[in-house]
Amino acid sequence: MSAHASHAPAPKRSGLWDWLTTVDHKKIAILYLIAGGIFFLAGGFEALLIRLQLMYPESQVVGAGLFNELITMHGTTMIFLAVMPVIFALMNAVVPLQIGARDVAFPFVNALGFWLFFFGGLLLNTSWFLGGAPDAGWTSYTTLALNQYSGRGVDFYVLGLQIAGLGTLIGGINFLVTIINMRAPGMTFMRMPMFTWASFVTSGLILFAFPAITVGLVLLMFDRLFGGNFFNPDAGGNVIIWEHLFWIFGHPEVYILILPAFGIISEVVSTFSKKRLFGYSSMVFATALIGFLGFMVWAHHMFTTGLGAIANTLFGLATMLIAVPTGIKIFNWLLTMWGGQITFPTANLWAVGFIPTFTIGGMTGVMLAVPPADYQYHDSYFVVAHFHYVIVGGLVSGLFAGLYYWWPKMFGKMLNEKLGKWNFWTFFIGFHLTFFPQHFLGLMGMPRRVYTFLKGQDLDVGNFISTIGVFGMTIGTILFLVNVVVSAKGKRAVADPWDGRTLEWTIPSPPPEYNFAQTPLVRGLDAFWIEKMAGNKGMTPAEPLGDIHMPSPSFLPFLMSVGLFIAGYGFMYHNYVVVVIGLLVTFGCMFARSVKDDPGYHIHEDEIEEKGVKA
Amino acid sequence: MKGWQQFWRQLSLFGLLALVLTGCGKDELSALKPSGPVAAMQYDLMKLSSAIMIGVFIVVMLIFTYVLIRYRKRPGQQGIPKQVEGNHALEILWTVIPFLLLIVMAVPTVTTGFALHEEYPKEEALQVKVTAHQFWWEFEYPDLGVATAQDLVLPVGKKVQFHLTSADVMHAFWIPALGGKIDTNPGQENKMWLQADKTGIFYGKCAELCGASHALMDFKVEVMDQAAFDKWIDGMKGVQSKDPAVATSPGAAQGQEIFNKSCLGCHAVAGKGGKLGPNLTNFADRERVAGILEHTPENVAKWLKDPQKEKTGNNMPNLNLDDAQVKALVEYMSTLSVK
Ligand code: HEC
Ligand SMILES: [Cu+2]
Repeated sequence: MSAHASHAPAPKRSGLWDWLTTVDHKKIAILYLIAGGIFFLAGGFEALLIRLQLMYPESQVVGAGLFNELITMHGTTMIFLAVMPVIFALMNAVVPLQIGARDVAFPFVNALGFWLFFFGGLLLNTSWFLGGAPDAGWTSYTTLALNQYSGRGVDFYVLGLQIAGLGTLIGGINFLVTIINMRAPGMTFMRMPMFTWASFVTSGLILFAFPAITVGLVLLMFDRLFGGNFFNPDAGGNVIIWEHLFWIFGHPEVYILILPAFGIISEVVSTFSKKRLFGYSSMVFATALIGFLGFMVWAHHMFTTGLGAIANTLFGLATMLIAVPTGIKIFNWLLTMWGGQITFPTANLWAVGFIPTFTIGGMTGVMLAVPPADYQYHDSYFVVAHFHYVIVGGLVSGLFAGLYYWWPKMFGKMLNEKLGKWNFWTFFIGFHLTFFPQHFLGLMGMPRRVYTFLKGQDLDVGNFISTIGVFGMTIGTILFLVNVVVSAKGKRAVADPWDGRTLEWTIPSPPPEYNFAQTPLVRGLDAFWIEKMAGNKGMTPAEPLGDIHMPSPSFLPFLMSVGLFIAGYGFMYHNYVVVVIGLLVTFGCMFARSVKDDPGYHIHEDEIEEKGVKA
Repeated sequence: MKGWQQFWRQLSLFGLLALVLTGCGKDELSALKPSGPVAAMQYDLMKLSSAIMIGVFIVVMLIFTYVLIRYRKRPGQQGIPKQVEGNHALEILWTVIPFLLLIVMAVPTVTTGFALHEEYPKEEALQVKVTAHQFWWEFEYPDLGVATAQDLVLPVGKKVQFHLTSADVMHAFWIPALGGKIDTNPGQENKMWLQADKTGIFYGKCAELCGASHALMDFKVEVMDQAAFDKWIDGMKGVQSKDPAVATSPGAAQGQEIFNKSCLGCHAVAGKGGKLGPNLTNFADRERVAGILEHTPENVAKWLKDPQKEKTGNNMPNLNLDDAQVKALVEYMSTLSVK
């Protein structure tokens, strides 16, 4: 804490201005949630159109060209702009609280990460109005993604993802530093809650995986905007390099997504079974191992590329290995419930529903790891079914579990249980109805990414059922939104609505801006549960009550991101004046940030007590 | 909470659905109905791996159901459950068993994997060069001096060694009933072998997103006995070593005149013509028009009138032909046969 930090009270900011300048991790969590939620609705709407087009053979709901834009945007939006930010929302809302910290390590950078993601996503989506969305698939394989074969849309993909990806990268670094440095006294690594562990490993994966796509996108940008020939075979380029770069990022990305879901399930299942997590240390070990192996297996997305028998076999066997730590997790969850007193509020419904669904996704994953069989599955609807089982049935279920579980903590309101149950069942049944038949469609010869299928190929029934299922998921999603609206007028949440086990439940819902009036002393895994069992009301403080130093809000993260947003258009339209203006804004803000001393401010000791939020 | 009951009811429904669906699948198209050794080996691996996986799933579901029934909180239940840290024996058990199961899968994975990547020289296998184009397929038999498109003709019971590449973007060559797919990469050559053990027609697909009409990049495989195949090759060779035959009927002659003027630059017929579009030497013998439309004079006319309407973004322009020209062309094209 710098000695010359000002003792002036917090600059009071209100309304929109407060949200645009906030560096508070709890508010940034809400920003991530809102932005991710909006993109989720956009991606979901795209999915609805896709399935409507495929409801009947040879139908013409959307044309061939528009269909390819829809699948590209659906995939890109869901992965980069919907589930990633919702994961970041939960990480922001929960991780600092779980480790007993007052904020993340770099609050300013945290805000910057959010705004970069937001403006990157916005740039990508403006393509719909500026000559068409990207249409080369979310993987944007070259050469289809080169100028000769696809439209301007792919430029939006390149620049939008580049900007959003920067945001994710610095977000990941921020959480690594936060978890390493900001844990409360006594919170050793092996006492960290599972969700924090998962966030930690995920952040590590982000750190190593995102640079690969950054490099890939730079090369693609040169090919598309400046006449480079990295991927152009006519000029001596190589089309396969993009595939490698994409999947060296893309495969760890799968684990970046699913590990936090594993973390959420571990927390929720344990809380609602009233038992500590079974095999905590093997869970930690499995998480780390999955993260490590996640980098060794990217070429299993490329079995049909023609890498040869040796490469395919090795990558296939390495992939199978991941089943072992994943299996450990599933059995540990089952044994956590074994002998417990299981209750089923909506949060736990999602978590319990996750287990069979994810198991199916994991099993088809092992099947896909057998290269000779994969030659049949690859790029067919079997793969579509597999990854939706993992990402929707697994990750999205996990996120819903997390949202129902932590909603009271984030917003101070309880979500409605009755609506929640309807939300779960409609979504869950709709999900299986949509994706289960797709396994068979793939085996029956339906390639993925086809805008239509011809009559007389016995593909009609499966596709029809699949589309019907989407209505269930749509209703489920709408019910969730209704629940959010209803909850605003609903029950106030108490500090610890679920009889929780971890530190976030020791402070009010929602927490005050400084989180913990006094940093808690952690005495073991499930820190709060230990105190409860010892008959204590709350945590033992690790420090005397005193002034709390807070970072000041700043508009610079927003401006820096706007600068890159503007520069992005400049690059695309080869208007270098705009590029220079945009970059000047960004670098100007960076300069201002570097030279201006920002000491933050203090919250006074008596102010803390006044609010009556002593831990 | 009746959740788990509902869940099981629903799961059995899916089981039923699965049965219904597996029964289906078209013989000509489905990977579940293998018609050659490659597809059969792959099908065996699918069965092995899914059997193991379903076994694991059943174990998981048994524990899952038991736990949900037995350990849900009962009304009035008091006290706090025992906080169990873990159990080394169990944890080792569920690390080791999956590992052993994986080894069971790994062995055939390795052997089949290498068997499928075998390369056969021309003494042992028919060599076929495949070039993928947006959105059609070109097939050449380099050792036999024959070229065709859209319909791949193969002899039954004989290994075929494919050499695959692409003229534009990446595509993937897939005949599910005969075997898995492989990408066609521009600027590179991939190899794969297949064999058909049944005569008849099989459906082929492009499996890699390749542009607007990726969904319509279908082709057909016509498998015939060796004698018929040899006869077909002789027929093709006979025609392709000469200039196009002069059409005899007046309608066809008029069509040929238009064809020579407007179409020959892209399409080859017999020993003459360009390579920007499919070789049409045996067009009248083909299963489909452009890989997708049923082969009728009406559909040929429909294609010629507006190819973009039938296949968005394909490389054949709309040539603004009037009805009389189309009629003449259709008549001429019905003479392009080697049978
Ligand atoms: C600019 C080159 C070009 C010209 C000129 C052209 N075509 Fe085509 N044609 C193509 C291409 C490319 C395809 C393959 C379309 C596809 O399936 O994607 C094609 C496909 C066809 C097919 C379907 C082939 C099959 O095997 O099913 C027919 C028939 C055909 N063209 C007839 C004609 C006729 C008749 C003319 C002249 C009036 C003509 N084309 C002019 C490029 C051309
Ligand atoms: Cu294709």
